[in-house]
Amino acid sequence: MFNSKKLEPSGVDTTDNASTEPDKEQPWQELGLKQDEYEEIKKILGRRPTSSELAMYSVMWSEHCSYKSSKIYLRQFGEKVTPEMKKYLMVGMGENAGVVDIGEGLAVTFKVESHNHPSFIEPFQGAATGVGGIVRDILSMGARPIAIMDQLRFGAPTHPDTARVVHGVVDGISFYGNCLGLPNIGGETVFDSVYQGNPLVNALSIGSMKHEDLKLAKASNPGDLVILFGARTGADGIGGVSVLASETFESTGPTKRPAVQVGDPFAEKVLIECCLELFHAGVVAGIQDLGGAGISCATSELASNGGKGMRVQLKNVLLRDESLTPEEILMSESQERMCAVVPKKKLKEFEKIVQKWEVEYSVLGDVIDEDRLYINWGHEEIVNVPPRTVAHDGPVYERPVAYPSYQNELNENTSAKLPRAKNATELATQLMRLIATPNQADKSWITAQYDKYVGGNTALSMPDDSGMVRVSEESGLGVALATDANGKYAYLNPYEGARLALAEAYRNVAVTGAVPRAVTNCLNFGSPENPEVMWQFKEATAGLADACLELGIPVTGGNVSFYNQSGDVAIYPTPVVGVLGVIDDVARRIPSGWQDDGNNIYLLGTTYDELDGSAWAKDIHDHLGGQPPRVDLAKEKLLADLLHGASIQGLIESAHDLSEGGLGIAVLEASLRFNVGARIWLGDILDRDDIDQTAALFSESQSRVLVSVGREDDVKFQALCEARGVPCLRVGVTDATSGLVEIKDIADLRLDDIRQGWSAVMSELFG
Amino acid sequence: MKIGVITYPGTLDDRDAQRAIRLAGGTPVPLWHDDDDLKKVDAVVLPGGFSYGDYLRCGAIAAKAPATKEVIRLAAKGLPVLGICNGFQVLVESHLLPGGLIRNEKQHFICRDQKLRVENNETAWTSLFEKDQEILIPLKNGEGGYIATDDTLKMLEQENRIAFRYVENNPNGSMNDIAGITNERGNVVGLMPHPEHAVEAGFGPDTPTAMRSGIDGLLFFESVLKMVVNS
Repeated sequence: MFNSKKLEPSGVDTTDNASTEPDKEQPWQELGLKQDEYEEIKKILGRRPTSSELAMYSVMWSEHCSYKSSKIYLRQFGEKVTPEMKKYLMVGMGENAGVVDIGEGLAVTFKVESHNHPSFIEPFQGAATGVGGIVRDILSMGARPIAIMDQLRFGAPTHPDTARVVHGVVDGISFYGNCLGLPNIGGETVFDSVYQGNPLVNALSIGSMKHEDLKLAKASNPGDLVILFGARTGADGIGGVSVLASETFESTGPTKRPAVQVGDPFAEKVLIECCLELFHAGVVAGIQDLGGAGISCATSELASNGGKGMRVQLKNVLLRDESLTPEEILMSESQERMCAVVPKKKLKEFEKIVQKWEVEYSVLGDVIDEDRLYINWGHEEIVNVPPRTVAHDGPVYERPVAYPSYQNELNENTSAKLPRAKNATELATQLMRLIATPNQADKSWITAQYDKYVGGNTALSMPDDSGMVRVSEESGLGVALATDANGKYAYLNPYEGARLALAEAYRNVAVTGAVPRAVTNCLNFGSPENPEVMWQFKEATAGLADACLELGIPVTGGNVSFYNQSGDVAIYPTPVVGVLGVIDDVARRIPSGWQDDGNNIYLLGTTYDELDGSAWAKDIHDHLGGQPPRVDLAKEKLLADLLHGASIQGLIESAHDLSEGGLGIAVLEASLRFNVGARIWLGDILDRDDIDQTAALFSESQSRVLVSVGREDDVKFQALCEARGVPCLRVGVTDATSGLVEIKDIADLRLDDIRQGWSAVMSELFG
Repeated sequence: MKIGVITYPGTLDDRDAQRAIRLAGGTPVPLWHDDDDLKKVDAVVLPGGFSYGDYLRCGAIAAKAPATKEVIRLAAKGLPVLGICNGFQVLVESHLLPGGLIRNEKQHFICRDQKLRVENNETAWTSLFEKDQEILIPLKNGEGGYIATDDTLKMLEQENRIAFRYVENNPNGSMNDIAGITNERGNVVGLMPHPEHAVEAGFGPDTPTAMRSGIDGLLFFESVLKMVVNS
């Protein structure tokens, strides 16, 4: 296949040309490379790169693919770990997704990834392909994808452009996820004007497998065939990673829409089933998904991971558009494609399976025992590089770091000066206002567009605190997943903000009765070329790594998204942290709201006067400043252990984490969950914790959970709290008949009124 | 008792339908769209999903699949057939049931727990329900708006061929609140909501008793099993 009869030059830039025309001008700058990076490529090759090589290096050395600005900080996630933390870790960082042992011979793989810039330019396709990409990552580990989640951050809800983005993104996720048959089990939706010109669209997927089905994407056996299968290669998404994901948006300049990929979930659904059948039949040595950087990435990474080389005939790539140049083919990010490494003697079996699923394929080349990636265009050689230099040995930067000039002023501007509510009426009004702000309001306008039922294993989904899916139908073994990030906290203090994100996700998993086991993250930041942003990144990664070490759960992988800013204004640092928990039987899971009458309501944990960065400060007083709430991770751990113990003994009927909006919002949410009211009193909190009513209702102190306990379990539950040293205060009783949330000395709020305000917001804003 | 579940490319709820059959006490038999051998099953379920990516029109391509052609042939002889969501769309495209299904009134995909009234409890798939019984099962579709000509609607009403109607809330703009219909003989039933997602406590819709405890969907499958045993 490498000997073509026609030997006339086709006009493409060959390795021969590169030697004979060493001084040819090359568009390295347009492709997003820096001068010194271009020089480095020349040094590696001992000549100028061909235009195809330049295309490959430019996409693979992009910020998005190479992690060149973040690498030195991400290392600590691998370093700040104890042997105990690695106990359940089957595959750690650096692979397509981390793999965690959940017992019974089963494992799960999960990861969250950003698709921010494409989702602003073309919200529908951007968000849809974000889901498609993360699902293929999970699939390439040998796992069956079993659920997805989405973490969305939009601009101000009333800004004229926000509806365009919201509709497009939600439709895109709904379209792609629903067509794949993956239940959407949760996520986050946040509105803040800081995300106006740069919304965040992160998508998470989780897959399950038997231990023995684990696959690593590598080409380590010379002679094996390299096969591209799935959708044909087209002109969509050319240079997406370098042009879109690795640059700041400018308001002027040409539209970048051609760099957004276009998704076909049907093709992906078929590809999933096809790949799982290929894995099951044992006909593939490894499968790599094609996402960012397309064929450039798949070929160089497979070869580099296997420590071998590869010979590829690029003319064999099946095209949607015959006019594509080799450079475009190498950079295309067309969706729904996979690259398999197949032993020659398994080719027939491979063909039979892909033909059954009516999936197109073509043999691109083979694995060779040489540290070289050769790519030919017909008889002409257009790439001849050491694969590792493309895939793994990209540039690494230690970017300048500077303490932000605004930081001290921001931290000194605390919420202490804000007026506290003067009387009961004002408190009640503030509470009713908060529950009806876009950030606290009912999100079912979004989640009702997602299929949460498909698969028949969803044990928890929105609006409960975690998503939960059953993995084993025989035993009921399952996993819980929660993701969190509070950009306001991280802006006030990125180190603490990252710890707080982890603490909240950890707590959200714990309240379901699951035991937190592993962490993933998607670190959304501004431009790494801005030293103040780099300081935020340095602080946040250190905070997260330290906190993981303290809680004893490892980071299994993740994603960094830089350049999230419009013009000079960066978004709040937004480290989205996902925590995976394991539950031995999902039948034991705890809902977030109370359903029975006459149960006691307890507040676990201590409330401090912590209103800086709170929803109360922002949404009632339009204030952001001071320091975020403190978090004592030892207390979080104690609390999680208590919840697990109580759930094993069946002592808790409901448990809801306290976060944004504090106790006030938590009480309303727990009542709205099953439309069952409550009588609440704050007096004991005020006395014990020495705070005022405003703080009691709205403080965002950490390590707090609201639980309801049946009367028959009361004594046991209190004894358990005491034995474990978790502060526990009875603050109310559930009431299934009154239709009210009565907060003593403050107000009797009708559940219907609360629901009215809470549920109307999203549809009033977005139709 | 063997109940077949057809998998088309893009079918999503096939494993759920198989589980529902198992929990009802039957033996699920996976059937492949490209194979006209229905393996001598006693009944067939066309499950939900996006067969062939919903290209052309929902269910239009699946209606021409070899397995579907065999279903059409055997349905005429009385084989019980249940089409759920995309399966309902296939039945309509196959002309086993009249009318059509269009994009939801509000243009969005919608997933919710839906109350239905059983209007006809004399079909192969509804015999264990009480007439006018209200049941709760999940609904999830993008193109679930039932439409038909005035004559067809009149005929369906007069011949008692409306199997289920939406109660309290018509989620997709279906004419006459129609959620599901049956053929004249009562062996073929199609509906948009998903009974196979309400068959196992813990994974169904929320009920006033407990979270996700709704299992009203189980009776669909138990009904057909009972009918097959009795014949």
